[in-house]
Amino acid sequence: MRLAALQRTMARAVMQPLTAAERMQNTAPDGKSMRAYASRFIKPNDRLSSFDRLEIYNRQYWFRLLSSMVEDFPGLRAVLGDRKFEAMSKAYLMDCPSQSFTLRNLGSRLEAWLRKHPKWAGSKQELAIDITRLEWADIQAFDGKAEPPLRAEQLGADAGANLTLRMQPYISLLDLKYPVDDLLLEVRKEDEGTDFASNAFQEKHKRKRVQAVAKLNPAKIFLAVHRLDDSVYFRRIEREEFVILRALGDGKSLGKAIEAAFRKSRVPSAERAESVRKWFQNWAALGWFCRGKGSAVPEKS
Amino acid sequence: MPANRFNGFTEYGIGIGLRAPHYNHILTRKPVCDWFEIISENFMIDGGRPLRILDEILEQYKVVQHGVSMYFGSAEKANREHLRRLKELVKRTKTPWLSDHLCWGSVDGRYTHDLLPMPYTFEAAKLTAQKVREVRDYLEIPVAVENVSSYAEFHVSEMTEWEFLNEVVEQADCGILLDVNNIYVSSQNHSFNPFDYVNSVPAERVAQIHIAGHSKYRRYILDTHDHPVIDPVWKLYERAIQRVGHTATLLEWDDSIPSFDEVHDEALKANKFLSSTLLATAV
Repeated sequence: MRLAALQRTMARAVMQPLTAAERMQNTAPDGKSMRAYASRFIKPNDRLSSFDRLEIYNRQYWFRLLSSMVEDFPGLRAVLGDRKFEAMSKAYLMDCPSQSFTLRNLGSRLEAWLRKHPKWAGSKQELAIDITRLEWADIQAFDGKAEPPLRAEQLGADAGANLTLRMQPYISLLDLKYPVDDLLLEVRKEDEGTDFASNAFQEKHKRKRVQAVAKLNPAKIFLAVHRLDDSVYFRRIEREEFVILRALGDGKSLGKAIEAAFRKSRVPSAERAESVRKWFQNWAALGWFCRGKGSAVPEKS
Repeated sequence: MPANRFNGFTEYGIGIGLRAPHYNHILTRKPVCDWFEIISENFMIDGGRPLRILDEILEQYKVVQHGVSMYFGSAEKANREHLRRLKELVKRTKTPWLSDHLCWGSVDGRYTHDLLPMPYTFEAAKLTAQKVREVRDYLEIPVAVENVSSYAEFHVSEMTEWEFLNEVVEQADCGILLDVNNIYVSSQNHSFNPFDYVNSVPAERVAQIHIAGHSKYRRYILDTHDHPVIDPVWKLYERAIQRVGHTATLLEWDDSIPSFDEVHDEALKANKFLSSTLLATAV
């Protein structure tokens, strides 16, 4: 067997799901016996059959990837419950195996996949989508690229309505149907409380609390998931802020972004200019803007 | 011999793997440690805290990069994005050499995130050596390949593991990261004499040595990096040091990680063997 063929044969078996008892399946990817499949390319020894030896790798693959999913999506796990989360993760990884050299990107396609497969979240579909978006945004904010930020004085009024700006690459703007920021913070608080002294009773109690928090009622919120001094924050913002920032992120001019924000706004006309001034002051202080393509912002203040 | 072209002519002593639970201790206490090994993939990112911590470590310590997903032995071509990011990191760390495993782990662009064993064939040796050369030429630094722990052997193999290692490193003209714990684990899983392996390695190509602990099960041993080093592995290390001289040595501890001091103290046990080698050389 040539190298490429052998690797393809072994990888198919290694990436095949485990049984409910976390053992290798008896049926091979070709529909025949896994014992025969394994013995075609793996030698047995005096202690382990070919099947046993292949199973070590099969189990390691799933244990490693499932633990990475648990680490990256604790909020979604709280929403779905442990068993359903594990079953969902297996189905996701079967459809979307890792295409990256780093496990960091394992969940990059989870939101899109969940939208296509609503059965996994059932009645909690929208909540599940929201928490997944937040958890992925959290990963991106943690280690995403930061450009040199524009200071407040560089965003002066003289730049005019044609000013184009770019958001920092690490920032995600989320319009959410559920206040999942509260949920994720609660889940993390519970996780931090886990220590060596935890016993089965405490674990059960903790799971119940998290499950209770996961039963959120809808409440539309707008979030900017950003980073400050290397820590990730979930900042709630006004609808108008969200519209301006998203429009700027889409490459629209400042004038058009502001126009879009107040089109259906309840903010009284007299207060709008002051609101915009304050928002920009905050955003600049947080370092959210960087130079856009063709920006009219001067190079140096 | 210890300072050679495969480790950038450096003479590093005993290091440990840089792991997140120790960041705070290292940055606040600034303990004496010869060098740290980083997992390249943990820092092949665009920004944020990991890179800030790495930069602080680089200001005070020597750092060497060790990768886990180059997959020199995968039949497919190297991932260009991986290489681009790796080169960016190499420029940042100025690592004198870089290591990754003699294994495969990806097929048709799908990653297993495991260190899967090679079939020891001449075809595999040729393809692997070619990829090692490509990576080294692109990165423009010395590359060392590490022997992995394995749990399976293939019918198609045409040679022993150490013969395969020698074949690859000769064809690629690269260095070796000799993991004596992995040799021990594989020797138990495949019933060979680990000293045959250590005695067969081309000593002049050894850039670095790894030591670690493992987990013993009833029918096999798993390379878990979550225990102290056991005596038989220290004996292999002693033999390796007798052959290759005072070589940069690193303790890996990746799971159930104890305090910095505990990990470092375990690593420093290597001094006993290194100093006896120095004494023998002096005499």
